[in-house]
Amino acid sequence: MTVIAPQSSAAVTRGTGRADAPGGPGSARAARLRRRIGDNLQAYAFLAAGLLCFALFSWYPLVKGIILSFQQDNFVTDPIWVGMDNYTAVLDDPLFATAWLNTLEFTGLALLFGFAVPFVLALVINEFRHAKGFFRFAVYLPVMLPPIVSVLLWQYFYDPGNGLFNALLSGVGLPTSDWNQSPKMAMVSLVLVSTWSNMGGATIMYLAGLAGIPGELYEAAELDGATVWQRVRHVTFPQMRFIMLVLLLLQIVATMQVFIEPFQLTGTTNPETITVMVLIYRYAFTINHDFGMAAAMSVLLFIVLGAFSALYLRLTRKAD
Amino acid sequence: MSSLTRSLISDADLRRGRGRLIYRLVLGAMAVAFVLAFIFPLYWMVTGAMKTPIELAQPSPTLWPTEWHPETYLEAWRRLEIGRYLANTAFYALGGWLIQLIVDVAAAYALSKLRPILGNVVLGGMLASLMLPAAALLVPAYLTVAEVPIFGGNLLNTPWALWLPGAANAFNIYVLKRFFDQIPNDLLDSAGIDGAGRLRLLWHIILPLSRPVLAVVSIFAIIGSWKDFLWPLLVLQEAESQTISVALSRLASTGRVTNNEMFAGLAIASIPMVVIFMVFQRSILNGLSAGALKG
Repeated sequence: MTVIAPQSSAAVTRGTGRADAPGGPGSARAARLRRRIGDNLQAYAFLAAGLLCFALFSWYPLVKGIILSFQQDNFVTDPIWVGMDNYTAVLDDPLFATAWLNTLEFTGLALLFGFAVPFVLALVINEFRHAKGFFRFAVYLPVMLPPIVSVLLWQYFYDPGNGLFNALLSGVGLPTSDWNQSPKMAMVSLVLVSTWSNMGGATIMYLAGLAGIPGELYEAAELDGATVWQRVRHVTFPQMRFIMLVLLLLQIVATMQVFIEPFQLTGTTNPETITVMVLIYRYAFTINHDFGMAAAMSVLLFIVLGAFSALYLRLTRKAD
Repeated sequence: MSSLTRSLISDADLRRGRGRLIYRLVLGAMAVAFVLAFIFPLYWMVTGAMKTPIELAQPSPTLWPTEWHPETYLEAWRRLEIGRYLANTAFYALGGWLIQLIVDVAAAYALSKLRPILGNVVLGGMLASLMLPAAALLVPAYLTVAEVPIFGGNLLNTPWALWLPGAANAFNIYVLKRFFDQIPNDLLDSAGIDGAGRLRLLWHIILPLSRPVLAVVSIFAIIGSWKDFLWPLLVLQEAESQTISVALSRLASTGRVTNNEMFAGLAIASIPMVVIFMVFQRSILNGLSAGALKG
């Protein structure tokens, strides 16, 4: 703020000083022009810090990422242009397909749980006449925890030897599992903890949407003899379509960037759970430090996610 | 819209014989399920810290510690240096919040009320960044922070590596600008005649009117930086500079931390967020709901 103040006061005095200058209509126009320039300078003084942060840490990295994906750079000598080499190297990596398939599997499973469960929960909670505050509080509590806390806590729950889950399962006579340490259950384990820690947000948003449905619609449907299920199908769903679509897109974009669950629970080298983000991390931040390959993979991820993001932005801006 | 407030099932249906019984059963079952699913894990974490490592290693977990060792919290605080990481995290969160607020409020004010030429282009450029998934920028953003263009310098392992990229928050600017847009210009013009400078208009008229939106932006900024993991993991590699999340992840992988101390660390890392949630529950949940309705 201290940087801005002197500059803006200077602009003000410059503007008014000229307006007082003697002369005909020509100088009045000049005075208006100067005043305009002064106003713009002031406005950009307020914008300067924001512009700088965006330029340095958002716009520049975007361009740099694209350039980097066509370069080989060891950060000692000058970077070399390598054309599509990084892309072909990424595509030739046997882990490429693994990472994308794992990511799709995670996203699919996460939607299966994370999309349906919050909606059903919200639908039921919205009918409660008691303790609504408690339900809202409880479901959102895990969202408040640092994600690493949730993941490490569940790591203890999953422990095949002394974990809570296997104790409960064997207690009621069900088969136990090695959870995140078993190839078969690893991905499911990641999805479970991810859903537990994130579904509160969607539930709260669905509750907001449900509360906004006009009561007349249900009243009219009931008078027409619609059963509860018919009311859900013909009143609730159409009314909630927009918010469900928005949350679906948001969830796809978020889950495709999954990182912390595989990073902590199954490790970055486990072929069962290597996701796109884990692979980017491996390229850039483990032994090889191949930033070019990491950048190429990032560009591919960006193209896929960008499509969903653009769709989301179009939907929400149209709604404004 | 009339004042008819009802939902899917009418009050009358829920009060009648069978409906009432079903309602009670569903309500009770959901309450139990929610306590087990969302509250019990936290109980497990807090009491797990007070069990001995031997008790924790037993194949059959105990619901209630056989021996209570609350001193584990102190040991974890001392031995794992939890205090240092907690202080780091709080410092990063508060500093980041302050910088975000100053930078984004100034930018939103300029775009909403001062409306310079090319203002819409700037806003468009900022909003376009919302389309960029954080993941896609990770590597180039890391390299940028390691060597800042034009200005030079390496921000790795310094708070600025979190604060400056955090200030480029298009969502904040968008929310603030939309709120400022609703403040009538007449209000500013009448004050402007008295010769109040732009900065004073912002400080004395806009900001006092914007308290609700500033509160929501602030709470979410602090929660966001407390929960952040991947970016701090990359830019804070020196142990002394790490946030509690990154430090816990590193400590968990060393295998030199006993289970009860780890539980204590997890609980301590969660307490500030749980307290914030209890105090600001209404703002947080309503802010989220408002976001959902506006998209």
